[in-house]
Amino acid sequence: MPPLLSIRDLRTWFPIRRGLLARTVGYVRAVDGISLDVAERETLGLVGESGCGKTTLARTVLRLDPARSGEVFFEGRDLLRLSGRDLNCARRRLQIVFQDPFASLNPRLTVMDLLTEGLLHHGLIRRRQKAEAAAALLNDVGLSPDALHRYPHEFSGGQRQRLSVARALSLRPRLVICDEAVSALDVSVQAQVLNLLLELRERHGLAYLFISHDLSVVRHLSHRVAVMYLGRIVELGRASDVIERPRHPYTRALVSAIPRVGCDGRSRIVLQGDVPSPANPPPGCVFHPRCPCAVPRCSQTTPPLEPLADEPDSGRLVACLRAAEI
Amino acid sequence: MTLLRIDDLTVTFQGDEGLVTAVERVSLDIAPGEALGLVGESGCGKTVTALSILCLVPRPPGRIVSGRIWFHGRDLLSLPLAELRAIRGRAISMIFQEPMTALSPLQRIGRQLAETLLLHRPLSRSEARRCAMDWLRRVGIPDPPAAMQSYPFQLSGGMRQRVMIAMALMLDPELLIADEPTTALDVTIQAQIFDLIRARRRSDTALLLITHDLGVVWEMCSRVAVMYAGEIVETAPAADLFRQPLHPYTAALLASLPALVPPGARLRPIPGQVPSPLAYPAGCRFRERCPLAFERCAEHPPLRQAAQRLARCWLVNEDPETTP
Repeated sequence: MPPLLSIRDLRTWFPIRRGLLARTVGYVRAVDGISLDVAERETLGLVGESGCGKTTLARTVLRLDPARSGEVFFEGRDLLRLSGRDLNCARRRLQIVFQDPFASLNPRLTVMDLLTEGLLHHGLIRRRQKAEAAAALLNDVGLSPDALHRYPHEFSGGQRQRLSVARALSLRPRLVICDEAVSALDVSVQAQVLNLLLELRERHGLAYLFISHDLSVVRHLSHRVAVMYLGRIVELGRASDVIERPRHPYTRALVSAIPRVGCDGRSRIVLQGDVPSPANPPPGCVFHPRCPCAVPRCSQTTPPLEPLADEPDSGRLVACLRAAEI
Repeated sequence: MTLLRIDDLTVTFQGDEGLVTAVERVSLDIAPGEALGLVGESGCGKTVTALSILCLVPRPPGRIVSGRIWFHGRDLLSLPLAELRAIRGRAISMIFQEPMTALSPLQRIGRQLAETLLLHRPLSRSEARRCAMDWLRRVGIPDPPAAMQSYPFQLSGGMRQRVMIAMALMLDPELLIADEPTTALDVTIQAQIFDLIRARRRSDTALLLITHDLGVVWEMCSRVAVMYAGEIVETAPAADLFRQPLHPYTAALLASLPALVPPGARLRPIPGQVPSPLAYPAGCRFRERCPLAFERCAEHPPLRQAAQRLARCWLVNEDPETTP
């Protein structure tokens, strides 16, 4: 079966303009040659630190940011080459939940209008069916129908995030992109929303592209995990493999950097320095200036994302020249 | 021995919708050299507690209704401003969550550091600059002379936080207050910052670490105080608290962490929401969300002592010797 979403060698570069004539003097390579698949009903976690390009990747897939090159196949059609009615139609099946539930809900619309805006736009319901449709969605995300005539500001952060999820689900999507969807919430509320996402996944057979910087949340929800660094994927594989037995030096440092109850920090790999600028990425492996395992050839050759020789059937891909020896 | 004692602190804020009690009757001790974690979810009053120590609560709208904060036999809350300034930054220093708002955007880093030194130490300008440069090196800034000449916006978030740490530690404070020092930073940078605080803090410098991240507390702190809805609900040695939380809120908080259950399993969130600070319910403030609530919870529980621990719950048996 072909994957639901298939990203092929995607690049999103933002021009840097200078001077009076706003000449392009360079590019910020936010997404720089990424290939990924998400299968039906699969949750793919996408992790990485701020500025690594996770959000740009999501926005490019949704055509909210322009791609420079590459392909994004969704249900067999290349989203980057669709326009007008076809794009509109494809977007129905591909929804997003944003990080900040305070910024992503229109404060002037009632909950009923918020939840049914998409349905009306796509002509899926008539105006007189709004209340009924919205009440069903509220029920789906565990909110009471009393909410219908209230405005977003009357809800707490966790409840607003439930509203964002309900809105995303209103068009019966097959893939929902969650961009740091639980990151702004306190842990006790975060757990409520994570449970909701798990329930909805089972009930509606959803696939998620779950973007987060929080590895424990990603591990909890994802079947497979992709690790991004400076616009590229450095490791991709089953969640248990990538997070419990990471092979790329960056994934190792990332996993070991998280303070966890019950683990001591003595085995921590503390990376030196900061993430370089994506406007001027280092040559060769983009991670080599901070990598504790780097050797001279790492600054000359860009490592391909490829299977490991010692576990060819795990489905894991690692972009490291020294993956086999370290 | 106690370095700092917060005694019965109550702080209110006059908001648009009414009077908010941000912190209510909080008492807390910090011993010399101790690392105390103050944890809780957003809005529980942990930052206001920390700001009160240095009298940094904006007044108005804030008002310190009651309480004393004892430091070397003096109440910081009733100290004249001049004496308070002599303590701020020297005996007690603070690191904030967002270094960009804590550093002046208009002055070069070197000048800001040197000024802090000159304010508290009898140094010449060049000695102060040398000392500042030395500290920038000690906090791991790659090119200290260049950093001295930089403005805060020219540095990354991690580098700015290093500057804050240098500024906070260079006068050898007796107490370092760190309010979510790494929340705005990535995990690999967070690891660097905690590594640095651990390595550069003198053994007799106490640390008050305010965080919402229980993993951070586990790693950095020897004792923990948990806040909920403006009150302290539990204090305990860190290892004991994580092994066996006494207050149902602490237990529920630990149970809601995804790292502590198998992947894909249902988490156990705390039902309901934190009560509004405009109208805290009578009785135990956690009662409506508590799986163990019973009749007596309608009465407000005091902090009850069990061994080295305190918990604001009627179910805590005050004398541990008689527990079955």
